Amino acid sequence: MATTPTTAESAGLAFGPRTLLRRLSSGDEIARLVTLVFALLTIVITGALVYQLWVLSALSRHAFGWKFFVTQDWDPVFNKFGALPFIYGTLVTSAVGLLVAVPLGLGAAIFLAELAPPRLSNALAFLIDLLAAVPSVIYGLLGVFILVPLMRTEVQPALKHSLGFLPLFQGPAYGIGFLTAGLVLAIMIVPFIISVSREVLLAVPNDQREAALGLGATRWEATWKTVVPYARTGIMGSIFLALARALGETMAVTMVIGNNPRISASLLGPGYSIASVLANEFTEATGNLYLSALIELGLVLFALTFVLNGMARLLILLTTQRGSGMGQV
Amino acid sequence: MSVTSLPARGPSVKAFNAHLAWRKTVNVVMLSLTGVCALIAVSALFFILGYLVYHGGRDVNWDFFTKLPTPVGESGGGMANAIVGSGKVLLLAALIGVPIGLLGGIYLAEFGGATVPFIVRYTADLLNGVPSIVIGIFAYAVAVMPVHHFSTLAGGFALGIMMIPIVLRSTEEYLHGVPRSMREASMALGASKWRTILSVVLPAASSAIMTAILLALARVAGETAPLLFTAFGNRFWSPGWKQPIATLPVMIYTYAVGPYDDWHRQAWAAGLVLLALVLLINIIVRAIMSRGMSAQRS
Repeated sequence: MATTPTTAESAGLAFGPRTLLRRLSSGDEIARLVTLVFALLTIVITGALVYQLWVLSALSRHAFGWKFFVTQDWDPVFNKFGALPFIYGTLVTSAVGLLVAVPLGLGAAIFLAELAPPRLSNALAFLIDLLAAVPSVIYGLLGVFILVPLMRTEVQPALKHSLGFLPLFQGPAYGIGFLTAGLVLAIMIVPFIISVSREVLLAVPNDQREAALGLGATRWEATWKTVVPYARTGIMGSIFLALARALGETMAVTMVIGNNPRISASLLGPGYSIASVLANEFTEATGNLYLSALIELGLVLFALTFVLNGMARLLILLTTQRGSGMGQV
Repeated sequence: MSVTSLPARGPSVKAFNAHLAWRKTVNVVMLSLTGVCALIAVSALFFILGYLVYHGGRDVNWDFFTKLPTPVGESGGGMANAIVGSGKVLLLAALIGVPIGLLGGIYLAEFGGATVPFIVRYTADLLNGVPSIVIGIFAYAVAVMPVHHFSTLAGGFALGIMMIPIVLRSTEEYLHGVPRSMREASMALGASKWRTILSVVLPAASSAIMTAILLALARVAGETAPLLFTAFGNRFWSPGWKQPIATLPVMIYTYAVGPYDDWHRQAWAAGLVLLALVLLINIIVRAIMSRGMSAQRS
């Protein structure tokens, strides 16, 4: 009993007080500081990114102010820049993408999480992960050569024939345009919705399912009225994540959207998105105001994805913490 | 009682049965629909692969890997410069992304307190979500504007930034996966903390971290948008590191939107090569990872 304090004391004496110098000489403090510097570099780089976007867009921000977001002239020759057509194009294509991708992705996720036997579910999830790894320029390539001709000759004429009374489906069938870009986006974001939703659904405790089935619910009712509502926030998170990706997607959209800064009610019309105008015009931007306006568009894109990603992570965190513990998404 | 109630119950039983039949139908229909959804999603992968092999298979030949692009209008030629270019840009990206991600990840997993790791983690997730084209603008501002020309360095810088959050977060995750007992055993033998990390913790997680780095490389290998105004493109060899350089994804983009049939054929071939590369890395890495996991569990 009495020896315990003495050993602690002698140990303290033997190693001396843990001064900074001593800690440095043992190497631990050096290792800590070195790795800390590299960890902080992540923050420095992200900070520099925001700073550069902000500073370089100053010219355009001062010249146009808030009007930048509500005017639709994009005329580099007369130095008139309005972002509305691009914001519109980005939002419309992403909305079309979500409209297609959410039911498809959620359905597939339900199948993988609730119905498929584990072995099949894992194999399919593996394929879905591979789909997520396909580079976006490949989607663009297939969009240009496979989807656009198909849209022009088959899908768009059929849409005009059946739903042509709606302003959404009027005008000539070019093949390119908002609808085609939205469909390509849908294929690209489905894997993200599936893999995140599947994990969220798998995290729902089994007693929820058993309780519903025990009350006489069919398999579908148990899934749709119990499991899905339980995982609701996480599924919303996966949708936000997918939306953030759709907003920032560049190559595939650029290749099929038509690249025409115009706001048209018809989904068949050609349009433009923020990311595509950056991809197309950035290297050709002559004049400081032109470049600055493009960089301000980049800032808008950054802000949009920043907000969406923040909300998505929060939602996914909320669900997965309530469910069983699972890895970070 | 029973005589009067039976006729009254008749229709309700019938209604109940009809409702049950309806619920069962809905059940079967909706459940099959979810299967159809999964089938559509998975078949997209095979469609993509099939089309690329069908259109590009013929043009992936020796010339494709060894020759320069021919002048416009002349058929033949290859993308040797773009393949080497992608390699060079990826090498630079790894030189930037791996040290920062790896050492930062070690800090988060081994030294972190509460506040700093939280901020670093949050920033990394934020950086991971930044659209690649915006990363391109940043690389343009930092590495192109000051020197007034596009370069290999700028392209590598852009892709390197994209690698940081992926490497950082997976390093942290895999280091957390190393059992505490291994650390304690090493410290009990008198090793200092950094010695423990270097000789015990890192080797234990090294194969997982390597696979994560490979996955990160596979992901940025297909990136086009950040290279458009950093590495730009080049129809010839690009000696050194300070000139514009051709890369496979940018080549695919330029050739696909170009007006020549010959370009389109080459774009398909390049698409097939790029996709095969990316998918192979993914399949091999994931196979190794899943085997490693099952070995750990057993």
